[in-house]
Amino acid sequence: MDFDLNEDQELLKKTAREFLTAECPSRLVREVEKGTGYSRELWEKMAGLGWVGLPVEEDLGGSGAGFLDMCLLVEEIGRALAPVPFISTALCEYALIDGGSAEQKKRLLPRMASGKLIMTPALNDATLSFHPGAIECGAAKKGGGYVIRGAKLLVPYGAIADAYLVATRTGGAGENGITLFIVDRNHKGISVSPVPTIACDARCHVQMESVEVGRESLLGREGDGWPLLKMLLRRGATLTSAEMIGGAQAVLERTVAYVKDRVQFERPVGSFQAVQHKCANMAGACDGARFVTYQAAWLLSENLPCDREVAIAKAWTSDAYTRVCLDSHQAHGAIGFTKEYDLQLYTRRAKAAELAYGDTRHHSEMLADLMGLGVSKSL
Amino acid sequence: MDLRFSPEEEAFRTELVEFLGAEVPPEMEADYDGLDLSPEQFEFAGAFDRKLAAKGWLCMHWPKEYGGQAASITRQVVFNEEMGYRRVPSRSSMGINIVGPAIMLYGNEEQKKRYLSAIARGDTEFCQGFSEPNSGSDLASLRTKAVEDGDSYIVNGQKIWSSRAHHASYCWLLARTDPEAPKHKGLTTFAVDMKTPGITVRPIVTVLGSTHFCEIFFDNARVPKDALVGEKNRGWYQAMGTLSFERSGIGRVASSRRALDDLIVYVKQTQRNGIPLSQDPIVRQQLAELQTEIEVARLLCYRVAWMQSKGKVPSYESSMARVFGQELSQKVMRVGMKILGLAGQLLHGVPGAPVNGNVTRGFLSTISNTIRSGTSEIQRNIIAQRGLALPRR
Repeated sequence: MDFDLNEDQELLKKTAREFLTAECPSRLVREVEKGTGYSRELWEKMAGLGWVGLPVEEDLGGSGAGFLDMCLLVEEIGRALAPVPFISTALCEYALIDGGSAEQKKRLLPRMASGKLIMTPALNDATLSFHPGAIECGAAKKGGGYVIRGAKLLVPYGAIADAYLVATRTGGAGENGITLFIVDRNHKGISVSPVPTIACDARCHVQMESVEVGRESLLGREGDGWPLLKMLLRRGATLTSAEMIGGAQAVLERTVAYVKDRVQFERPVGSFQAVQHKCANMAGACDGARFVTYQAAWLLSENLPCDREVAIAKAWTSDAYTRVCLDSHQAHGAIGFTKEYDLQLYTRRAKAAELAYGDTRHHSEMLADLMGLGVSKSL
Repeated sequence: MDLRFSPEEEAFRTELVEFLGAEVPPEMEADYDGLDLSPEQFEFAGAFDRKLAAKGWLCMHWPKEYGGQAASITRQVVFNEEMGYRRVPSRSSMGINIVGPAIMLYGNEEQKKRYLSAIARGDTEFCQGFSEPNSGSDLASLRTKAVEDGDSYIVNGQKIWSSRAHHASYCWLLARTDPEAPKHKGLTTFAVDMKTPGITVRPIVTVLGSTHFCEIFFDNARVPKDALVGEKNRGWYQAMGTLSFERSGIGRVASSRRALDDLIVYVKQTQRNGIPLSQDPIVRQQLAELQTEIEVARLLCYRVAWMQSKGKVPSYESSMARVFGQELSQKVMRVGMKILGLAGQLLHGVPGAPVNGNVTRGFLSTISNTIRSGTSEIQRNIIAQRGLALPRR
């Protein structure tokens, strides 16, 4: 048993921490919130460092790093609240690596690895559920290709992404008949409308009116998209957990620093047990989240079975991050609920991350199934 | 990073699980906290400790020269995890975890000879004489006195919360030998024969109705000087620095996992309102939440064990694992009782009691889990002050 990161991983974390501390101050996070929700400059710099290409093999312009390495980097992104479509693009890269044709990989992965092509998953239909049965957006054969009709909601970075990975239904029900397509944002028939969200993170509704695509847009086999999508959801839940543990740790550290400094009744408020115990609870939430997340990330890296551990990681971390933020507000007193103070930047993103790729309830339901309680009739 | 146990450790787990499967009949399995043993289970525990000793497993963490196997911390994790999961009744943890290691470090040759092999064989049992009515979390304030008198010490005072003192052969006593010194500096350790005249033991009946904890009264008990272990007035420091053994609390987490597995069986077999309880969305959410928290607890314990195995001394990390595991053990029972509904009030041994009344017993026995051996409040102080460097005042 070994909980240690290796030297390269420690170095990656350190480099990312230093880079993001310098390049992604909260001033940038705040500026970006007023605009597109995304910093192109920061994205290009990160791509320049080779980070966007981490999952991609060397021949196609990447560095073929392990999934755990990705999670470590994303942890730092979560700590810095970096407004970049990193998780979205990485998930699409992985989906292409898993299920893309040689032609698709060659055409798309080098541009993605260099940061020039941003791709984002467009998964959610009207019910906003991450269960396979919720995919309704239809795709029908037409000529040599397909015509897609429907709407995808709350698409991350929907307005700035160059392409979408769209989950559609070509027939069947539940896990059967799901088909994935890669569709350009500027394709005829697509209209994008940004929606204001709690984290100001550039989510959009994407309307597709008779979007005609060729066979080269199909990712994997028709009707057999669920295994690819399931893998994307596992990685999405784990990367989002990694983002959350970075944010939660930053909030804990900020809180501890504040209560050491803030004096009332001639003593630091952090010397009161009521405050200390709150901080101890936050530390437990953070450490627990880190280990369950690393466990899931490590299993994914090693291609070991991980459904149970991924569900546990996202179920725990989703609750833990929001709880840490809310405890931090209480420990900060009034200053913590102002817009001027940075804590609110974390609290709003904690809630968004909690909901992304399945919230605690969703993953608990998955876990109940894995625990042998049978598949719920409510699904 | 590699979160697996080694192939050798997994092979040991398999061997142990098979051994426990063959040697521990279901009716001998203890309650989840091992605090409510029947006389038959108590007898079985003594005999079973000797079987474990014969396998070399009872004190596997001891050095080989004292009858141990110098087992690694991770191997001990495997052992404690499986013993906790199978709810194996046990009698000798005080001797093997506290007394033996302290005697190895601080005892003289005569004491090593007298106690160590007896403990290692499972033949002698110690109880702890630390806590007093007015010295709980603030243990160093204890007032039981040991006064030199010729070739003896005369001991007067009262100890409390001593596990199974009514069955123990010896008491591992911490007493004040220098009332003038600062409170940590006047304490001395003794191995006291429980048959010494002047010692009276009174079992305490708990909310569970069981007699696990005892009071011990010392009324001019004359203890020979050779019962003193280590250095006079160094007892506090000796108690703090004993041999490293696996102390993450993984056994308790495994016991919680067992309780969850028992509840899973129950909800699959039980119909309510026309559907199996396992199809009730609230029950599913509750059990999944327990499963998630048990996994968090398990990893927090593994972290402590991993630090120990690397030669690091866990500090706030053990407190974090303990407070989490202790509170979780209560939550499992609380949630379990809600799921059992009206039938949850049926006591252990009553025909028709769900999960054999074990959740009901656990609901009562786990009350003490956040209190004994360091309250949750003290653990949180340690996390805040040692882990987060928050000021004491």
